[in-house]
Amino acid sequence: MVKFDILKHELVPKFTILSKEEVEALRQTYGIRKEHLPWIRKSDPICKVLGAKPGDVLKIERNSEVAGKSIAYRYVVPG
Amino acid sequence: MSVNDIAKSIKSIRFGLLSPEEIRKMSVVNIITADTYDEDGVPIDAGLMDRRLGTIEPGQKCQTCGNRVGQCPGHFGHIELARPVVHPGFAKTVYLTLRAICWNCGRILLKKEDYDKYVQLMEKYRRRWPQLRHKLAEKIMKRASKLQECPYCGREQFKIKFEKPTTYYEEHPEGNVKLAPSEIRARLERITDADAALLGLDPQMARPEWMVLTVLPVPPSSVRPSITLESGVRSEDDLTHKLVDIIRINERLKENIDAGAPQLIIEDLWELLQYHVTTYFDNETSGIPPARHRSGRPLRTLAQRLKGKEGRFRSNLSGKRVDFSARTVISPDPLISMNEVGVPIEVAKLLTIPERINKFNIDEMKKLIENGPDNHPGANYIIRPDGRRIDLRFPKDRKTIADSVEVGYIVERHIKDGDVVLFNRQPSLHRMSIMAHRVRVLPYKTFRLNLCVCPPYNADFDGDEMNLHVPQSEEARAEALVLMLVQEQILSPRYGGPIMGAIQDYISGAYMLTKKTTLLTREEASQLLISAGYDGELPPPAIKEPEEMWTGKQLVSLFFPRDFNYTLKANICQKCGQCKKEECPHDAYVVIRNGVLISGVLDKKSIGAGQPESVLHRLVKDYGTDMGRIFIDKAFKLFLSYIDSRGLTIGLDEEELPKEAKEKIRMVVEEAEQKTAKLIQIYNEGLLERLPGRTLEETLETKIMQELEEAREKAGEIASQYLKETNSALLMARTGARGSLMNLAHMVACVGQQSVRGERINRGYQNRTLPHFKPGDLGARAHGFVYSSYKDRLNPIEFFFHAMGGREGLVDTAVRTSQSGYMQRRLINALQDIRVEYDGTVRATDGSIIQFKYGEDGVDPAKSDHGKAVNVDKIIEKVVGAGVI
Repeated sequence: MVKFDILKHELVPKFTILSKEEVEALRQTYGIRKEHLPWIRKSDPICKVLGAKPGDVLKIERNSEVAGKSIAYRYVVPG
Repeated sequence: MSVNDIAKSIKSIRFGLLSPEEIRKMSVVNIITADTYDEDGVPIDAGLMDRRLGTIEPGQKCQTCGNRVGQCPGHFGHIELARPVVHPGFAKTVYLTLRAICWNCGRILLKKEDYDKYVQLMEKYRRRWPQLRHKLAEKIMKRASKLQECPYCGREQFKIKFEKPTTYYEEHPEGNVKLAPSEIRARLERITDADAALLGLDPQMARPEWMVLTVLPVPPSSVRPSITLESGVRSEDDLTHKLVDIIRINERLKENIDAGAPQLIIEDLWELLQYHVTTYFDNETSGIPPARHRSGRPLRTLAQRLKGKEGRFRSNLSGKRVDFSARTVISPDPLISMNEVGVPIEVAKLLTIPERINKFNIDEMKKLIENGPDNHPGANYIIRPDGRRIDLRFPKDRKTIADSVEVGYIVERHIKDGDVVLFNRQPSLHRMSIMAHRVRVLPYKTFRLNLCVCPPYNADFDGDEMNLHVPQSEEARAEALVLMLVQEQILSPRYGGPIMGAIQDYISGAYMLTKKTTLLTREEASQLLISAGYDGELPPPAIKEPEEMWTGKQLVSLFFPRDFNYTLKANICQKCGQCKKEECPHDAYVVIRNGVLISGVLDKKSIGAGQPESVLHRLVKDYGTDMGRIFIDKAFKLFLSYIDSRGLTIGLDEEELPKEAKEKIRMVVEEAEQKTAKLIQIYNEGLLERLPGRTLEETLETKIMQELEEAREKAGEIASQYLKETNSALLMARTGARGSLMNLAHMVACVGQQSVRGERINRGYQNRTLPHFKPGDLGARAHGFVYSSYKDRLNPIEFFFHAMGGREGLVDTAVRTSQSGYMQRRLINALQDIRVEYDGTVRATDGSIIQFKYGEDGVDPAKSDHGKAVNVDKIIEKVVGAGVI
């Protein structure tokens, strides 16, 4: 069992699962297939907490030292 | 259309195993004789040099394809092995597969429901995540190796033991049973195609049993050519030797089997065959002795041909050799531009550029042709429009040739002043290691370069050699000029500061010239400005009476743009508590207003190489690289001519301290010695208090080290106080030209503690470092503290400790360079194809995204201001500061 809520930890950035439409929009802006995004395993703690399934795309919003805010995406793969 | 003209694009590459049928199909001859040539030197049929394997002798037609030497690609043969052997490259895979299957029925050891689940998963992976398939296969194999009983035939399963490189045992309750390759092959054969797919194999391309060889392909003779020595003795390639061994053992094994020899003998021969096949593939397999040549040299077999630095990949495929290049020793030339490279005439006469004759250059080209290959601005070859080359070395009468050329001919002319070439020094660690220079043909035999390009190349002149390459096409030259020219590389992408700039004497010269006390007569000022290439008016003198005098600051100011404003603290800044700004007593507050150096001296901080936020940095960033080059070429010459005229030297007497200072240093050191003695005494009495996380001994060591370090620092301070202001070594240390105050303190005051492995010197004899000390002596002197300064001379004991510390330094640098070199190689291999796309994303070659915005902010550090896109403070200062004055 999860001992504490990792989403509340200060070092864990904000993760959200993108909706189908959002994923499509993301694919359009970068002109890529989902597989071209960086991958994250389904077994990753954050995926377990969010209940992300293989095929989902996660959005990560981080505070960046150089850019203030930065946004990244992850494609969930099995494993 | 010849073979070379067929254009095909490769869509995909597939790797698989060769099946025995395939090997036989592609073979042109079954090799059965271990001999190669008969007494007359004719290849023996069905021998390893059979003529059907392809021809290697010039003029002979290939028996298989009818082509001659260059055209015949060579053809494979094969050896029918009397007994199967495990392919050593797949020994591990064979082991993993054996573990996962039933020895009896050959099914994967998975319960029905698991099996179905994995079949479905594998199908899903195949469609959606083909890259992850092998991971799933690994998981399946691991899972399958757990079952004790086959769910299909119900037989008990035994654990398989694998002994490198090619031995397998089955662990029965009665003891281990060795598995023969034939048994292994039989088991692998029983695996169904569907099961093979679950184990990560594509049964069409690679049936599991193909990992056990029954037929061995024999490479064509062109792969292993025999060489004839001058004495007429034939010498065979290592691969041929190895194949001879294999055939010999194979034949013996076959004979013994046919003759019904005892099982023991057959097994021995079988193992020997396995050994020879294993070493044929890789002669550096761990666990078995390498096969050796008669001379004792290990054979260079297949794996050795491919592997490592001298292997096929790194040496022949990635390693390129080029024409139109030159290499020689480098030496400095402060008079040429930083964009230039001095090329010896002899080199210039060998390197050529193809130039097409047109109506504008025809006269010039005719002159070059007339000059020929031996007179410098000349030419080596002419290429006629029909492609014929005319060698200008041989014709006596080049005048007639010169007259006969027309527009459209191509002349391979010598490189001359102004041509663009690439200049490189290994190791090429960053992009500034190869830069484009303009040629300057000079006498003598070395490449000459401006001293300001030493830092990016990391070059010095203690015998360094550098390479020069001549781009041959107009496109290549244009690209080199725009992207790679030295001046375009002044700002480093690593930290955004100028990597090129003043070093050593340039800095000393700049400091001495811009010092307040430097006053120059009209004659001196004119001389300096002329040598710097200044052609304007002399400014009004700073001092009019009794004689006209100019300050150094005035002269330097002539090279700044009129609207240049900048302020910074110089390297000589003493870091006083309260900065007096323009009133700085050391003249360390540099103010440039409207292109005039109002106060402060120029030193490392303002013009030095690798100094971000310096005067040089601002100049290049705000006024462009042309301005940067002009400043470096002109103003820097001013500094050099000044130091030339004034001179800068150090001598033994300069490092002499007054008696008073020596006494003070002696007192400081003595005090430290007493303090250490006290510490040791406290320690011996058992009263020393332990520092957190340290043992008692460590505490003592740290405390002593601290005490002695402090003493050395104090001694250095005293020394620098007593040294004269005019001391050259001190000047160089303060301005950042060369050396440090610590180096100076070592010379005049005290060398201090020597260390090995970050500790005081503790090695040597039992309980003592040298026999000159009593056992257990913990004092400073006994553990490598050097009381003397270099000038005072070290006594033999001190000298020995100093050598110990020095040796460690040398070893460390040697180890570090090799380690970081290897790390860099791996990093470059991993990153070389990654690039920033036009949308700001960082992507790999397949279009997959690595960063969504380069560095999260999309800023190019070379064009940024200290990592930021804009520097608001500097802009305000520039706008407001200039407006206020």
